[in-house]
Amino acid sequence: MESWWTDALQEGANSAPKGAASKKSPFPLPSELQTPPGAEGWEEMYPYFSRFRPEDDNRFWFYNSMHFPEPMSAFDSLSQEAPYAALGAVTTRIFVFPAALGIDYRVFNGRVYITGNPVLDPKEIERRLALFQKRAGHYYQNWSALYSDWQKRITDLIKRVDAIQVPQLPEFEDEEVVTKAKGIPQNHYLWENFNRLIEAYSIMWHHHFEFLMLGYGAYVVFFQYCKKVFPEIPDQTIARMVAGIEVLMFRPDDELKKLAKLAVTLGLESKFSETKSSAEILASLEQAGSAGKDWLAAFEKAREPWFNITMGDGLDHHHRSWNDDLTIPFAALVSYIAQIKARQSLERPTERLKQERDRIVAEYRQLLPTAEDKAAFDQMLGLCQLVFPFVEDHKFYCDHWFISRFYNKAREFGDLLVKQGLIEDREDFFHMQHTEAKQALTDIMVAWASGSAPVGGPHWKPIIARRKRIIEALKGWNAPPALGPMPEAIEDPALLMLWGITKETLERWAKASDGAGDGELKGFAAAPGVVEGVARVLLTSKEIGQIKDGEILVCPATSPSWGPVFNKIKAAVSDVGGTMSHAAIVAREYGLPAVVGAGQATKRIKTGQRIRVDGNQGIVTILD
Amino acid sequence: MSSTPSVSWFADIGLDDRARVGGKGASLGELTRAEIRVPPGFVVPTSAFETALRALDPAGEIRRTIMALSRENLSSIAAAAERIRQRIASAPLPNSLEIEIARAYGELCAGNAVLPVAVRSSATSEDSEDASFAGLQDTYLWICGEQAVLDHVRRCWASLYNTESLTYRLRLGLPEERVAMAVVVQRMVQPRTSGVMFTRSPTTGDRSTIVIEACWGLGSCLVGGEVTPDRVVVNKVTGDTGSRTISGKALRHVPDLARGGVRAEPVPNEMQTAPCISDDVIRELAAIGKAIERHYGRPQDIEWALADEPSGSTLYILQSRPETVWGARDTEPVAKPAASALDHVFATLGHRKS
Repeated sequence: MESWWTDALQEGANSAPKGAASKKSPFPLPSELQTPPGAEGWEEMYPYFSRFRPEDDNRFWFYNSMHFPEPMSAFDSLSQEAPYAALGAVTTRIFVFPAALGIDYRVFNGRVYITGNPVLDPKEIERRLALFQKRAGHYYQNWSALYSDWQKRITDLIKRVDAIQVPQLPEFEDEEVVTKAKGIPQNHYLWENFNRLIEAYSIMWHHHFEFLMLGYGAYVVFFQYCKKVFPEIPDQTIARMVAGIEVLMFRPDDELKKLAKLAVTLGLESKFSETKSSAEILASLEQAGSAGKDWLAAFEKAREPWFNITMGDGLDHHHRSWNDDLTIPFAALVSYIAQIKARQSLERPTERLKQERDRIVAEYRQLLPTAEDKAAFDQMLGLCQLVFPFVEDHKFYCDHWFISRFYNKAREFGDLLVKQGLIEDREDFFHMQHTEAKQALTDIMVAWASGSAPVGGPHWKPIIARRKRIIEALKGWNAPPALGPMPEAIEDPALLMLWGITKETLERWAKASDGAGDGELKGFAAAPGVVEGVARVLLTSKEIGQIKDGEILVCPATSPSWGPVFNKIKAAVSDVGGTMSHAAIVAREYGLPAVVGAGQATKRIKTGQRIRVDGNQGIVTILD
Repeated sequence: MSSTPSVSWFADIGLDDRARVGGKGASLGELTRAEIRVPPGFVVPTSAFETALRALDPAGEIRRTIMALSRENLSSIAAAAERIRQRIASAPLPNSLEIEIARAYGELCAGNAVLPVAVRSSATSEDSEDASFAGLQDTYLWICGEQAVLDHVRRCWASLYNTESLTYRLRLGLPEERVAMAVVVQRMVQPRTSGVMFTRSPTTGDRSTIVIEACWGLGSCLVGGEVTPDRVVVNKVTGDTGSRTISGKALRHVPDLARGGVRAEPVPNEMQTAPCISDDVIRELAAIGKAIERHYGRPQDIEWALADEPSGSTLYILQSRPETVWGARDTEPVAKPAASALDHVFATLGHRKS
């Protein structure tokens, strides 16, 4: 979720271009978009207020492919409503960011398009600034104390979600309802507990953005200063200066490495094999005496909370966590054990990384022209280092740990609907909007009370079947990267860092939509170095078992669950992402060249092709 | 008669000796002392010039003539310049100085009696930055043999009185008695590739950016603008290379072995669009550039050459001058420390000038 901020901070970058109406934009207008055959009626899956309106043709929109790479199911509408409501509240209403309101989003063909609402009137910016100084100032000044309180709040919230019970609707209420005069039967809790689940989701998003926009504010300031004083400094180098080394994001992968080492220490390595499923491996460890028990105990301990990372960006319900599907962690364990046996080091060289970061900071500081600049640089960098732990770690707490628990709790409600005959499968629950889900629960609520059966089965089953067909048809739609008039200039480094959206990006997109294209893809130079090698195109982290040593990873975007591949690959390329995206950060940590935000890399590059990745200049060349 | 002015070897001089050995000589000495690999050589100091000038013109006629010139009257400047140059170039050197230079050249040759050297003007003036003198006086490349060296020392002296130099000094009103010329005699390297290196981006003034330009052969064809060089941008801090432009380099300068000096020749086709420096050379150059900048405490413009020698290809630094264009523009800090770090955030997000 790290990139929401760029939109909110973009300060006019996405505003309607001046006088551009007459010029033909290379991007289609929202009103010109077509629905593919078989997907007609997709609108019923999403709320009315998320649709394009006629006046939206005058605004520039871009496709949020980083967070919504696939057509969304109906339930997942929540993953725009709640985050955008939270982000906008933070910038517009709570901290009163001077030049940026929130983000408008629209859904078309199941894809999410967004644009920012800048504040352009200088007087209004001044008025907002006065409030912002006081409010943001309070958070910055008390950052560390507020953040440790936040960590407690978010972990409590996760516990509350875990504790939500899905009413099982007994034939007769427990006698306690009478003897303790509770007066409230189970069918009421269908509403209350489902509401609590949705409310917890909303609260999580408010927590998510509570510090985040301020954190990114500090980054933007430092980036802008560095760009001003060192006009040619690469973004990736600035990012290296603010990077923390020991952040939670690396922890799940580190835990796997520890477990791999433990397996070797305990002499259990023969139990781990590529040809065995995780269940088979676990079963054989159960039989492996005290060594097996020791390992399993360590494994169980590591799972909570570190295996609560999902295989995507955390927004999509079908991105399951390691805990839900042990395939990925076990594939990684097998590979790590093999590396230990081959005497390869698994360690991230944290000391060296820290020294290298400190050296870069010291040398840049030394190059500053005046003592005053050095003092200003120290202040700005200091603020970035203060906010960094939250900016990095919130992803684990919110986007992975909370969200994987949230969707699993929703699945428990799905189980109830299956039991009551409303749907065929627990996963079908996600084809209802959350408001519709509440309606279905109401059906059960009244039926249980009256002693009849719910009538939702014949109602919902055809709807869900239709929606599944629509989603399938929508998958084939090639969503344009941008819509509406081309903005004249995008100068904000914020947009650049995470989204990788600049004037050049837009021009590249425009060219790509012409069907032009030689063997070269341009993206963001995310981690330095140049290598050539064989491409391995992976669309989800579920496929990471396929990757071979020394291949170059080509993927849509990465998240922490991709961690294990970085030990094997020699370079990384992603479709989406900027300088502070996960793939960029991890590649720098591992010292691998990376180009992120390369647009159509997973479409244009085929597994097995030889490619060259130039992480200094952000160019990927297809050599075959 | 004053005592014989002796020549000074690079290793024995440094920036403090500018008045005596000129800007170029002092810089080469300073680099040598900083353990930067510079082709070895020595400087014929300004005192030698003074001695020779006194011997040639005991009455101080030359300097008086110049001071009397009108800076507007270009034709009389040109005529005076021609007369003075003839006089200096044709007069024999004082005997003791001849012996001194010949002995030093012999030492430099280490047995090779016709070792090619560069003979370079190294002018000095107490009133002017060396940089502003650059290019006004002559440099002679690929000079071989004792007699030719002595000859070109005189020519360097004479070049202090070429029209451009005279006009320049008259325009600035520099007093003639404070103008003097030292001469650098330096072993010539025969470079496969030569170039320049800016330790501060000449295009943006970025202090963290090193720009290297390179061409085949001697650097004179690059400095003279006869070829478009290859260009590599290197990050000074991380060492990463950024943009890299390989140009079509149709021409190169090579020593004219028959006639002395240098000549231009076409570059073989297959070499024209081939990069003329490798990653290793880029890395080594950048490291040297950093070291020189650190030594001087400010960004430098550097000339270098890569020579194939029996011991392998070797990088030499031929010259290093302080960068002046961007340096002159730095007056204000880019940002000043604020009362609180937060003020930077308020200024930037609130669209205020910090």
